[in-house]
Amino acid sequence: MATRQTKKKSDYGSVYKGHEGQWSWLFHRVTGVAIILFLFSHVVDTAVVGWGPEAYNRVASVYHNPIVRTLELGLVAAVLFHSYNGIKILLIDFFPGLTRHITAIGRTTVAVFVLSMIPITYIMGSDIIGLLTH
Amino acid sequence: MALSTEPRHGTPGRPDAGGGASRVGRDRPVSGLELWTWLFMRISGIVLLFLSVGHVLIMHVVGEGVERVNFAFIATRWGSPFWRAWDWALLVLALLHGINGLRVITLDYVRQAGARFAINIFFSTLGFLLFVLGTVIVFTFDPSKWGPV
Repeated sequence: MATRQTKKKSDYGSVYKGHEGQWSWLFHRVTGVAIILFLFSHVVDTAVVGWGPEAYNRVASVYHNPIVRTLELGLVAAVLFHSYNGIKILLIDFFPGLTRHITAIGRTTVAVFVLSMIPITYIMGSDIIGLLTH
Repeated sequence: MALSTEPRHGTPGRPDAGGGASRVGRDRPVSGLELWTWLFMRISGIVLLFLSVGHVLIMHVVGEGVERVNFAFIATRWGSPFWRAWDWALLVLALLHGINGLRVITLDYVRQAGARFAINIFFSTLGFLLFVLGTVIVFTFDPSKWGPV
C-alpha cells in the first residue's frame, strides 16, 4: 500500500499520527469505557431503592459531596461527547460520501460539545461551589 | 505472520478504502455476528442518544440535579409507567451497547484467545446479572411497602 508517500513518519505529531479523527476515536473509546464502568455501579446503587428509604437515602447521600459531583460533571461530559461523536460516526457510516467533509464534521462535533458544556458546567459548577461554601 | 495493510473486510461502495488521508474508522463487517453487532451498535446508539442524554439532563443537570434525588423522588418518578419504561429501556440498551463495546475493545487489545474468552465471559456475566437486578427492581419496586407515598 502506497500510503506513506505524501507524509513521512516524522511529519506526524504523536503516536496517533496527528489526525484529528484518531483523537476522536480515542476519546470515543475512553468515554465509552468510563460510562460502562460507571453504569455497573450505578445499576447497583439504584437497585438499593428496593431495600427501602433508609438504605437508598444513605446511598444517595454519596452524591452530596463536591468530589463526587465533580466526577458527575465528567460523566455528563463523557455521555455528551460519546453521543455527539456517535452521531458523527453514524453520519459517516450511512452516508459514506460525507467522508470528504470528515474534518469539518469532526470540528463541528467538538464545537457543539464545547458549546453545550458551557451552560452545563455553569449549572453543575454552581452547585459544586455551593456545596463547598455551605 | 506479517501484518497486512489490506482491509480484512470488504467495503463495497466505501470511498478510498485503501488507507489514504480521508480513510476513517474500521471497515464495515460484511456478514455474520460482526455485521449484526455493528448494526446493533448503530441502532441502539440512535435510541440511546435520546434515552441517555435525556436521562443525564433530567437527573443530573436541570432542577437541582442529583441533589433532589432520594427515595421519595424515585417513588414519585416510578409512579409513572413512562419513566419505568424509559429507565428499563435505558438499562437494557446501555448494558448491551456497553458490553459489546468492551468486547470490541477486548478484540483490539487482547491477543490471547483464552484471555479474550475469559474477559468476554466476565463482562457478559456481569452485564446479565445487572440486567436481572435492574429489571427486577424497575418492575417490582413498590414504595407503599414503606408507608404512604
